[in-house]
Amino acid sequence: MKYISEYRDAHRVQTVIDEITRTVSQPWVIMEICGGQTHSILKYGLEQILPKELELVHGPGCPVCVTSLEMIDKALAIAAQPDVIFTSYGDMLRVPGSDGDLFTVRASGADIRVVYSSLDAVKIAQENPEKQVVFFAIGFETTAPANAMSVIHAQKLGLNNFSLLVSHVRVPPAMHAILGSPDNRVQGFLAAGHVCTVMGYWEYSPIAEKYKVPIVVTGFEPLDILQGISFVVKQLEKGSYEVENAYSRVVSYEGNQPAQKIISQVFEDCDQKWRGIGNIPMSGWQLKPEFKSYDAADRFHVQRIKPTESPLCIAGQILQGLNKPFDCSAFANQCTPEHPLGATMVSSEGACAAYYRYGRST
Amino acid sequence: MCLAVPGKILDIYEINGLLMGKIDFGGVIREVCLTYVPEAKVGDYTIIHVGFALNLIDEKEAMETLALLDEISKQDLSE
Repeated sequence: MKYISEYRDAHRVQTVIDEITRTVSQPWVIMEICGGQTHSILKYGLEQILPKELELVHGPGCPVCVTSLEMIDKALAIAAQPDVIFTSYGDMLRVPGSDGDLFTVRASGADIRVVYSSLDAVKIAQENPEKQVVFFAIGFETTAPANAMSVIHAQKLGLNNFSLLVSHVRVPPAMHAILGSPDNRVQGFLAAGHVCTVMGYWEYSPIAEKYKVPIVVTGFEPLDILQGISFVVKQLEKGSYEVENAYSRVVSYEGNQPAQKIISQVFEDCDQKWRGIGNIPMSGWQLKPEFKSYDAADRFHVQRIKPTESPLCIAGQILQGLNKPFDCSAFANQCTPEHPLGATMVSSEGACAAYYRYGRST
Repeated sequence: MCLAVPGKILDIYEINGLLMGKIDFGGVIREVCLTYVPEAKVGDYTIIHVGFALNLIDEKEAMETLALLDEISKQDLSE
Protein backbone atom coordinates (compact mmCIF):
# COMPACT_ATOMS: atom_id res chain seq x y z
CA MET A 1 0.00 0.00 0.00
CA LYS A 2 1.38 3.39 -1.06
CA TYR A 3 2.45 5.65 1.85
CA ILE A 4 2.82 2.65 4.18
CA SER A 5 5.36 0.19 2.78
CA GLU A 6 8.00 2.87 2.01
CA TYR A 7 7.92 3.87 5.68
CA ARG A 8 8.54 0.32 6.90
CA ASP A 9 11.53 -0.24 4.62
CA ALA A 10 14.32 -1.93 6.61
CA HIS A 11 17.14 -0.33 4.61
CA ARG A 12 15.86 3.21 5.19
CA VAL A 13 15.19 2.44 8.85
CA GLN A 14 18.82 1.35 9.23
CA THR A 15 20.01 4.59 7.59
CA VAL A 16 18.20 6.67 10.22
CA ILE A 17 19.33 4.43 13.10
CA ASP A 18 22.94 4.88 11.92
CA GLU A 19 22.44 8.63 11.76
CA ILE A 20 21.02 8.74 15.31
CA THR A 21 23.86 6.57 16.61
CA ARG A 22 26.44 8.91 15.04
CA THR A 23 24.75 11.94 16.62
CA VAL A 24 24.19 10.79 20.22
CA SER A 25 26.95 11.57 22.72
CA GLN A 26 25.12 11.48 26.07
CA PRO A 27 21.88 10.20 27.69
CA TRP A 28 18.58 11.85 26.72
CA VAL A 29 14.94 11.25 27.73
CA ILE A 30 12.41 11.70 24.94
CA MET A 31 8.64 11.41 25.30
CA GLU A 32 6.26 10.38 22.55
CA ILE A 33 2.92 11.96 23.39
CA CYS A 34 0.69 9.66 21.42
CA GLY A 35 -0.36 6.14 22.40
CA GLY A 36 -0.41 5.15 18.73
CA GLN A 37 3.30 5.95 18.57
CA THR A 38 3.95 4.00 21.81
CA HIS A 39 2.29 1.03 20.17
CA SER A 40 4.41 1.36 16.99
CA ILE A 41 7.64 1.71 19.02
CA LEU A 42 6.99 -1.53 20.92
CA LYS A 43 5.53 -3.41 17.95
CA TYR A 44 8.61 -2.78 15.83
CA GLY A 45 11.02 -2.99 18.80
CA LEU A 46 12.39 0.47 17.99
CA GLU A 47 13.45 1.16 21.59
CA GLN A 48 15.65 -1.95 21.41
CA ILE A 49 17.55 -0.91 18.30
CA LEU A 50 18.19 2.69 19.37
CA PRO A 51 21.48 3.60 21.09
CA LYS A 52 21.32 2.82 24.80
CA GLU A 53 21.78 6.50 25.69
CA LEU A 54 18.23 7.22 24.51
CA GLU A 55 15.31 6.52 26.83
CA LEU A 56 11.80 6.73 25.43
CA VAL A 57 9.03 7.48 27.93
CA HIS A 58 5.39 7.20 27.04
CA GLY A 59 3.00 10.10 27.26
CA PRO A 60 -0.67 10.59 28.09
CA GLY A 61 -1.89 10.58 24.48
CA CYS A 62 -4.36 7.74 24.78
CA PRO A 63 -7.86 9.19 25.12
CA VAL A 64 -9.30 5.87 26.25
CA CYS A 65 -6.77 5.84 29.10
CA VAL A 66 -7.22 9.43 30.28
CA THR A 67 -11.02 9.70 30.10
CA SER A 68 -11.87 10.30 33.76
CA LEU A 69 -13.38 7.57 35.87
CA GLU A 70 -16.21 9.95 36.69
CA MET A 71 -17.02 10.23 32.98
CA ILE A 72 -16.95 6.43 32.57
CA ASP A 73 -19.36 6.14 35.50
CA LYS A 74 -21.64 8.72 33.85
CA ALA A 75 -21.56 6.68 30.65
CA LEU A 76 -22.50 3.53 32.57
CA ALA A 77 -25.40 5.37 34.30
CA ILE A 78 -26.76 6.80 31.02
CA ALA A 79 -26.34 3.56 29.07
CA ALA A 80 -28.32 1.65 31.73
CA GLN A 81 -31.40 3.86 31.31
CA PRO A 82 -34.41 2.50 29.43
CA ASP A 83 -35.12 3.84 25.92
CA VAL A 84 -31.45 4.81 25.47
CA ILE A 85 -29.22 3.56 22.68
CA PHE A 86 -25.67 4.27 23.85
CA THR A 87 -23.09 4.45 21.06
CA SER A 88 -19.32 4.51 21.40
CA TYR A 89 -16.00 3.84 19.72
CA GLY A 90 -15.24 0.18 20.46
CA ASP A 91 -12.23 0.81 22.73
CA MET A 92 -14.39 2.37 25.45
CA LEU A 93 -16.54 -0.69 26.17
CA ARG A 94 -13.94 -2.48 28.30
CA VAL A 95 -12.72 0.52 30.29
CA PRO A 96 -13.36 -0.23 33.96
CA GLY A 97 -15.65 2.17 35.82
CA SER A 98 -16.13 2.14 39.58
CA ASP A 99 -18.50 -0.78 39.19
CA GLY A 100 -18.19 -2.71 35.93
CA ASP A 101 -17.80 -1.52 32.33
CA LEU A 102 -20.09 -0.90 29.35
CA PHE A 103 -19.96 -4.61 28.46
CA THR A 104 -21.35 -5.43 31.94
CA VAL A 105 -24.18 -2.94 31.38
CA ARG A 106 -24.86 -4.42 27.96
CA ALA A 107 -24.98 -7.91 29.46
CA SER A 108 -27.73 -6.67 31.80
CA GLY A 109 -29.85 -5.76 28.76
CA ALA A 110 -28.82 -2.22 27.82
CA ASP A 111 -28.69 -1.28 24.12
CA ILE A 112 -25.01 -0.36 23.63
CA ARG A 113 -23.63 -0.23 20.10
CA VAL A 114 -20.11 0.18 18.74
CA VAL A 115 -19.86 2.68 15.89
CA TYR A 116 -16.99 3.43 13.53
CA SER A 117 -17.85 7.12 13.25
CA SER A 118 -19.98 9.69 15.08
CA LEU A 119 -22.03 10.02 11.88
CA ASP A 120 -23.10 6.38 12.32
CA ALA A 121 -24.57 7.40 15.69
CA VAL A 122 -26.51 10.23 14.00
CA LYS A 123 -27.88 7.69 11.52
CA ILE A 124 -29.01 5.43 14.38
CA ALA A 125 -30.86 8.43 15.88
CA GLN A 126 -32.58 9.05 12.53
CA GLU A 127 -33.68 5.42 12.32
CA ASN A 128 -34.88 5.21 15.94
CA PRO A 129 -36.97 8.35 16.61
CA GLU A 130 -38.61 6.75 19.68
CA LYS A 131 -35.22 6.24 21.39
CA GLN A 132 -32.65 8.64 22.86
CA VAL A 133 -29.32 8.06 21.10
CA VAL A 134 -26.21 9.10 23.02
CA PHE A 135 -22.71 9.16 21.52
CA PHE A 136 -19.67 8.94 23.82
CA ALA A 137 -17.61 11.80 22.33
CA ILE A 138 -14.15 11.17 23.71
CA GLY A 139 -10.80 11.93 22.20
CA PHE A 140 -8.03 14.39 21.50
CA GLU A 141 -8.04 17.08 18.80
CA THR A 142 -7.91 14.31 16.18
CA THR A 143 -11.43 13.10 16.96
CA ALA A 144 -12.94 16.53 17.58
CA PRO A 145 -13.73 17.35 13.91
CA ALA A 146 -15.84 14.17 13.66
CA ASN A 147 -17.56 14.72 17.01
CA ALA A 148 -18.28 18.40 16.26
CA MET A 149 -19.71 17.54 12.84
CA SER A 150 -22.14 15.03 14.38
CA VAL A 151 -23.77 17.87 16.37
CA ILE A 152 -23.92 20.18 13.35
CA HIS A 153 -25.38 17.39 11.23
CA ALA A 154 -27.95 16.34 13.88
CA GLN A 155 -29.02 19.97 14.16
CA LYS A 156 -29.38 20.25 10.38
CA LEU A 157 -31.51 17.10 10.33
CA GLY A 158 -33.68 18.49 13.17
CA LEU A 159 -33.00 15.51 15.45
CA ASN A 160 -34.00 16.03 19.08
CA ASN A 161 -33.18 12.48 20.18
CA PHE A 162 -29.38 12.78 19.70
CA SER A 163 -26.85 13.94 22.29
CA LEU A 164 -23.14 13.70 23.10
CA LEU A 165 -21.46 12.70 26.35
CA VAL A 166 -18.40 14.90 25.80
CA SER A 167 -14.98 14.19 27.28
CA HIS A 168 -12.47 15.94 25.06
CA VAL A 169 -8.82 16.49 25.93
CA ARG A 170 -6.10 18.59 24.30
CA VAL A 171 -2.38 17.95 23.92
CA PRO A 172 -0.70 21.35 24.56
CA PRO A 173 -2.07 21.81 28.13
CA ALA A 174 -0.94 18.25 28.98
CA MET A 175 2.58 19.09 27.76
CA HIS A 176 2.56 22.17 29.99
CA ALA A 177 1.50 19.99 32.95
CA ILE A 178 4.26 17.43 32.31
CA LEU A 179 7.04 19.96 31.71
CA GLY A 180 5.95 22.17 34.60
CA SER A 181 6.04 19.30 37.11
CA PRO A 182 9.02 19.32 39.55
CA ASP A 183 9.46 15.58 38.79
CA ASN A 184 9.72 16.10 35.05
CA ARG A 185 12.39 14.05 33.23
CA VAL A 186 11.37 14.79 29.64
CA GLN A 187 14.00 16.65 27.57
CA GLY A 188 12.44 16.41 24.12
CA PHE A 189 9.04 15.63 22.61
CA LEU A 190 7.66 13.79 19.64
CA ALA A 191 4.41 15.69 19.00
CA ALA A 192 1.40 13.65 17.91
CA GLY A 193 1.20 13.69 14.11
CA HIS A 194 -2.53 13.34 13.69
CA VAL A 195 -3.41 15.88 16.37
CA CYS A 196 -1.20 18.28 14.38
CA THR A 197 -2.88 17.23 11.13
CA VAL A 198 -6.01 18.89 12.51
CA MET A 199 -4.52 21.70 14.63
CA GLY A 200 -1.22 22.45 12.88
CA TYR A 201 1.80 23.08 15.10
CA TRP A 202 1.63 26.80 15.76
CA GLU A 203 0.57 26.10 19.38
CA TYR A 204 3.89 24.42 20.25
CA SER A 205 6.42 27.23 19.79
CA PRO A 206 5.57 28.93 23.13
CA ILE A 207 5.98 25.54 24.90
CA ALA A 208 9.37 24.83 23.27
CA GLU A 209 10.47 28.36 24.15
CA LYS A 210 9.23 28.37 27.75
CA TYR A 211 10.65 24.98 28.80
CA LYS A 212 13.59 24.94 26.34
CA VAL A 213 12.65 21.55 24.87
CA PRO A 214 12.75 20.56 21.20
CA ILE A 215 9.35 19.45 19.86
CA VAL A 216 9.13 17.50 16.60
CA VAL A 217 5.86 16.67 14.84
CA THR A 218 6.11 12.93 14.16
CA GLY A 219 4.18 10.29 12.21
CA PHE A 220 3.38 6.69 13.05
CA GLU A 221 5.31 4.32 10.80
CA PRO A 222 8.72 3.06 12.03
CA LEU A 223 10.61 5.36 9.67
CA ASP A 224 8.48 8.35 10.72
CA ILE A 225 9.14 7.73 14.41
CA LEU A 226 12.87 7.29 13.93
CA GLN A 227 13.04 10.48 11.88
CA GLY A 228 11.22 12.33 14.67
CA ILE A 229 13.74 10.95 17.18
CA SER A 230 16.62 11.86 14.88
CA PHE A 231 15.42 15.49 14.63
CA VAL A 232 14.99 15.71 18.44
CA VAL A 233 18.42 14.20 19.15
CA LYS A 234 20.16 16.57 16.73
CA GLN A 235 18.56 19.53 18.51
CA LEU A 236 19.38 18.17 22.01
CA GLU A 237 23.02 17.67 21.07
CA LYS A 238 23.20 21.21 19.65
CA GLY A 239 21.32 22.71 22.60
CA SER A 240 18.55 24.13 20.42
CA TYR A 241 14.83 23.95 21.20
CA GLU A 242 12.73 24.54 18.11
CA VAL A 243 9.52 23.14 16.73
CA GLU A 244 10.15 21.04 13.62
CA ASN A 245 7.98 18.93 11.35
CA ALA A 246 9.10 15.37 10.52
CA TYR A 247 5.67 14.46 9.09
CA SER A 248 5.37 17.04 6.35
CA ARG A 249 3.54 14.80 3.87
CA VAL A 250 0.50 15.06 6.16
CA VAL A 251 0.95 17.99 8.57
CA SER A 252 1.05 21.69 7.72
CA TYR A 253 1.90 24.57 10.06
CA GLU A 254 -1.69 25.89 10.02
CA GLY A 255 -3.42 22.50 10.19
CA ASN A 256 -6.84 21.85 8.70
CA GLN A 257 -8.66 25.19 8.67
CA PRO A 258 -12.20 23.94 7.90
CA ALA A 259 -11.89 21.41 10.75
CA GLN A 260 -10.62 24.04 13.23
CA LYS A 261 -13.50 26.31 12.23
CA ILE A 262 -16.16 23.68 13.04
CA ILE A 263 -14.40 22.74 16.30
CA SER A 264 -14.44 26.36 17.49
CA GLN A 265 -18.07 26.71 16.37
CA VAL A 266 -19.18 23.78 18.56
CA PHE A 267 -16.68 23.51 21.44
CA GLU A 268 -15.06 25.86 23.96
CA ASP A 269 -12.11 25.36 26.34
CA CYS A 270 -12.82 23.99 29.83
CA ASP A 271 -10.94 22.49 32.78
CA GLN A 272 -10.69 18.74 32.40
CA LYS A 273 -9.97 15.82 34.72
CA TRP A 274 -7.48 13.29 33.32
CA ARG A 275 -7.68 9.78 34.69
CA GLY A 276 -4.66 9.06 36.87
CA ILE A 277 -3.32 12.61 36.52
CA GLY A 278 -6.06 14.86 37.91
CA ASN A 279 -7.36 18.23 36.85
CA ILE A 280 -5.43 20.13 34.16
CA PRO A 281 -6.65 23.72 33.69
CA MET A 282 -8.25 24.50 30.32
CA SER A 283 -7.18 21.15 28.92
CA GLY A 284 -10.53 20.04 27.55
CA TRP A 285 -13.37 21.03 25.28
CA GLN A 286 -17.05 21.19 26.18
CA LEU A 287 -20.11 22.07 24.11
CA LYS A 288 -20.69 25.80 23.77
CA PRO A 289 -23.86 27.19 25.43
CA GLU A 290 -25.70 27.32 22.09
CA PHE A 291 -25.20 23.54 21.71
CA LYS A 292 -25.95 22.65 25.36
CA SER A 293 -29.24 21.02 24.35
CA TYR A 294 -27.06 18.27 22.80
CA ASP A 295 -25.22 17.61 26.09
CA ALA A 296 -26.10 14.13 27.40
CA ALA A 297 -24.74 14.92 30.89
CA ASP A 298 -27.44 17.63 31.21
CA ARG A 299 -30.17 15.68 29.45
CA PHE A 300 -29.83 12.65 31.74
CA HIS A 301 -29.04 14.37 35.07
CA VAL A 302 -26.09 12.22 36.08
CA GLN A 303 -24.04 14.90 37.78
CA ARG A 304 -23.62 13.35 41.23
CA ILE A 305 -21.13 10.53 40.72
CA LYS A 306 -18.54 9.47 43.32
CA PRO A 307 -15.93 7.34 41.55
CA THR A 308 -13.54 4.90 43.24
CA GLU A 309 -10.26 3.90 41.55
CA SER A 310 -8.26 0.70 42.12
CA PRO A 311 -5.62 1.49 44.80
CA LEU A 312 -3.03 -0.70 43.02
CA CYS A 313 -3.03 1.10 39.65
CA ILE A 314 -0.15 3.53 38.93
CA ALA A 315 -1.44 4.61 35.49
CA GLY A 316 -1.05 8.26 36.48
CA GLN A 317 2.72 7.99 36.92
CA ILE A 318 3.02 5.97 33.71
CA LEU A 319 1.05 8.56 31.71
CA GLN A 320 3.41 11.30 32.90
CA GLY A 321 6.55 9.34 32.00
CA LEU A 322 7.56 8.90 35.68
CA ASN A 323 7.27 5.10 35.74
CA LYS A 324 7.26 2.20 33.27
CA PRO A 325 4.46 -0.41 33.28
CA PHE A 326 6.75 -3.09 34.76
CA ASP A 327 7.30 -0.85 37.84
CA CYS A 328 3.70 -1.62 38.88
CA SER A 329 3.19 -4.49 41.34
CA ALA A 330 -0.06 -5.48 39.63
CA PHE A 331 1.36 -5.52 36.06
CA ALA A 332 0.78 -8.85 34.29
CA ASN A 333 -0.56 -10.56 37.39
CA GLN A 334 -3.64 -8.89 38.94
CA CYS A 335 -3.82 -6.55 35.94
CA THR A 336 -3.97 -7.98 32.40
CA PRO A 337 -5.84 -6.98 29.21
CA GLU A 338 -8.51 -9.58 30.12
CA HIS A 339 -8.90 -8.13 33.65
CA PRO A 340 -7.60 -4.55 33.54
CA LEU A 341 -7.42 -2.53 36.76
CA GLY A 342 -6.70 0.71 34.96
CA ALA A 343 -7.27 2.18 31.56
CA THR A 344 -3.64 1.98 30.38
CA MET A 345 -4.13 -1.80 30.27
CA VAL A 346 -7.45 -1.57 28.41
CA SER A 347 -6.77 0.36 25.29
CA SER A 348 -4.56 -1.29 22.70
CA GLU A 349 -2.68 2.03 22.69
CA GLY A 350 -2.24 2.15 26.45
CA ALA A 351 1.39 1.76 27.53
CA CYS A 352 0.61 -1.17 29.87
CA ALA A 353 -1.31 -3.08 27.18
CA ALA A 354 1.52 -2.49 24.68
CA TYR A 355 4.18 -3.70 27.17
CA TYR A 356 2.05 -6.74 27.99
CA ARG A 357 1.34 -7.60 24.36
CA TYR A 358 4.94 -7.27 23.21
CA GLY A 359 6.43 -9.03 26.23
CA ARG A 360 8.35 -6.14 27.84
CA SER A 361 8.32 -7.38 31.43
CA THR A 362 11.61 -5.82 32.61
CA MET B 1 -7.33 6.05 19.00
CA CYS B 2 -5.52 8.74 17.04
CA LEU B 3 -4.27 6.26 14.49
CA ALA B 4 -5.31 7.43 11.09
CA VAL B 5 -4.64 5.47 7.92
CA PRO B 6 -3.93 6.50 4.34
CA GLY B 7 -6.41 5.61 1.62
CA LYS B 8 -7.06 6.46 -2.03
CA ILE B 9 -10.19 8.36 -3.03
CA LEU B 10 -12.23 6.36 -5.57
CA ASP B 11 -15.41 8.43 -5.74
CA ILE B 12 -16.79 11.72 -4.38
CA TYR B 13 -20.50 12.54 -3.86
CA GLU B 14 -22.90 14.32 -1.51
CA ILE B 15 -25.37 12.86 1.00
CA ASN B 16 -27.67 15.08 3.12
CA GLY B 17 -25.43 18.07 2.46
CA LEU B 18 -22.24 16.24 3.54
CA LEU B 19 -19.35 15.68 1.13
CA MET B 20 -18.71 11.93 1.19
CA GLY B 21 -16.44 9.55 -0.69
CA LYS B 22 -15.48 5.94 -1.28
CA ILE B 23 -11.95 5.21 -0.09
CA ASP B 24 -9.71 2.26 -0.92
CA PHE B 25 -7.60 1.16 2.05
CA GLY B 26 -5.35 -1.32 0.25
CA GLY B 27 -8.31 -3.36 -1.01
CA VAL B 28 -10.90 -2.61 1.68
CA ILE B 29 -13.44 -0.03 0.49
CA ARG B 30 -15.24 2.25 2.98
CA GLU B 31 -17.41 5.33 2.86
CA VAL B 32 -15.93 8.34 4.65
CA CYS B 33 -16.79 12.01 5.13
CA LEU B 34 -14.73 14.42 2.98
CA THR B 35 -16.20 17.66 4.36
CA TYR B 36 -12.85 18.78 5.80
CA VAL B 37 -10.97 18.27 2.51
CA PRO B 38 -13.21 20.16 0.04
CA GLU B 39 -10.29 20.36 -2.43
CA ALA B 40 -10.09 16.53 -2.71
CA LYS B 41 -10.11 14.92 -6.16
CA VAL B 42 -10.60 11.29 -7.21
CA GLY B 43 -7.17 9.61 -7.11
CA ASP B 44 -5.84 11.72 -4.21
CA TYR B 45 -4.51 9.98 -1.11
CA THR B 46 -5.95 11.07 2.22
CA ILE B 47 -5.51 10.36 5.94
CA ILE B 48 -8.69 8.96 7.53
CA HIS B 49 -9.62 8.95 11.22
CA VAL B 50 -12.97 7.74 12.65
CA GLY B 51 -14.66 8.05 9.27
CA PHE B 52 -13.36 11.53 8.40
CA ALA B 53 -10.61 12.60 6.02
CA LEU B 54 -8.30 14.86 8.06
CA ASN B 55 -6.03 15.96 5.24
CA LEU B 56 -4.70 15.11 1.79
CA ILE B 57 -1.24 13.55 1.59
CA ASP B 58 1.30 15.86 -0.03
CA GLU B 59 3.06 13.67 -2.59
CA LYS B 60 5.84 16.20 -3.23
CA GLU B 61 6.74 16.36 0.50
CA ALA B 62 6.64 12.56 0.73
CA MET B 63 8.97 12.14 -2.25
CA GLU B 64 11.43 14.78 -0.97
CA THR B 65 11.75 13.09 2.44
CA LEU B 66 12.41 9.68 0.91
CA ALA B 67 14.83 11.07 -1.68
CA LEU B 68 16.81 12.81 1.08
CA LEU B 69 17.07 9.58 3.05
CA ASP B 70 18.18 7.61 0.03
CA GLU B 71 20.81 10.27 -0.63
CA ILE B 72 22.19 9.91 2.94
CA SER B 73 22.20 6.15 2.53
CA LYS B 74 24.20 6.41 -0.75
CA GLN B 75 26.76 8.67 0.94
CA ASP B 76 27.10 6.16 3.79
CA LEU B 77 27.81 3.36 1.34
CA SER B 78 30.45 5.37 -0.52
CA GLU B 79 32.29 6.36 2.70
